[in-house]
Amino acid sequence: MQTTSDEALIGRIAAGDKLAMQVLYARHHVRVYRFVLRLVGDASRAEDLINDVFIDVWRTADRFEARSQVSTWLLAIARYKALSALRKRPDEELDEETAGAIEDPGDDPEVAMQKKDTSDILRKSLTKLSAEHREIIDLVYYHEKSVEEVARIVGVPENTVKTRMFYARKRLGELLKAAGVERGWP
Amino acid sequence: MNTIKNKASEREEIEALLPWHAAGTLSRRDAQKVEQALASDAELATQYETVRQDLAETIGLNESLGAPSARAFQRLMADIEADASTARRTRSGFSLGEWLSDKLSSFSPRTLAWSATAAALAIVLQAGLLAGMFVNEHQGGPFITASAPVEQTVKPGTDALISFAPNATAAEITKLLQTYKMAIVEGPTGEMYTVRLAVTGIPKEELAKVIKQLQGEKAVRFVGQKSAD
Repeated sequence: MQTTSDEALIGRIAAGDKLAMQVLYARHHVRVYRFVLRLVGDASRAEDLINDVFIDVWRTADRFEARSQVSTWLLAIARYKALSALRKRPDEELDEETAGAIEDPGDDPEVAMQKKDTSDILRKSLTKLSAEHREIIDLVYYHEKSVEEVARIVGVPENTVKTRMFYARKRLGELLKAAGVERGWP
Repeated sequence: MNTIKNKASEREEIEALLPWHAAGTLSRRDAQKVEQALASDAELATQYETVRQDLAETIGLNESLGAPSARAFQRLMADIEADASTARRTRSGFSLGEWLSDKLSSFSPRTLAWSATAAALAIVLQAGLLAGMFVNEHQGGPFITASAPVEQTVKPGTDALISFAPNATAAEITKLLQTYKMAIVEGPTGEMYTVRLAVTGIPKEELAKVIKQLQGEKAVRFVGQKSAD
């Protein structure tokens, strides 16, 4: 079975095809939502923001240039929206505190004591990273973005992407070490 | 000395690429370079294992975040319907049917939007007003309803009630109107239009014959004689 490419869908959306918009939404909304949620740390806010993202797609589809993947374009819009929303509420800066908002809701001290295996500690450490580090780790590992695509989404040079990823991993290693997990690196 | 420096720099470069190698997003050339380095550097291989762990847990964490509610989709589609760019884009595509459908959907039930469009288009074509309507709209001239000019030109005569097949195109309806030399003079009321078959009264038998012929037309869903007011 041949599926319509994202680029073809964008072309149809530019011509006002609402069905194409539904297909594009079905394909990408979950990932875009998760990306935004990891940045803003609030589910209902993330839902509002993905609405803004896809409305933007509807309005500006004719301006899409196929220099990047559609998913990369979507994430770039989503990132912009999420950061703009965070800037409007200065009490929720892009720091480690935001990460706390999406920690496991059942993560009280008693439960935390039970989380002894590396997997759980690793996941918890991932939520404790700074927004900048979380973002890059998500883009590379979960959203499967290349160095070039991450550079486009984040708006930094490719070398900065590599360096930032390196430091994100290093920070993750330090958090794990502090939680008692020694992995031999860094 | 330079060789040592180059080797260290090359290793750092490979080290930086490990996350993308684990995610499978490197070019073939870079992937080969990383593979070769991993095969000969045990420390790098250990580091690569931690990268793979991080990757697996990052996926697991993201997958545990759930998805937006169905309400989000409904809201988006409602917002799209209401968005100013939606109507504008439809028009800029010169989709005549959709353009008229937009105009007429405000006058008639939504379910009838298409048949109203087709019929209205037929009226417009028949009256020779199509060009004028577009010119007026694009030049910011006054809005002219599709049916108004026709109503003004029609004189009393023999009428019938007609509804068009839901899948009838504007071209088919126009052809039908031309073939039978009819004009739509009123409607729609529900799905029904009033068509003028003749500007004067015609014999009952002849009228029955025309209506029977119309009943056999593909573009016609229903046709019947209209009682005198």
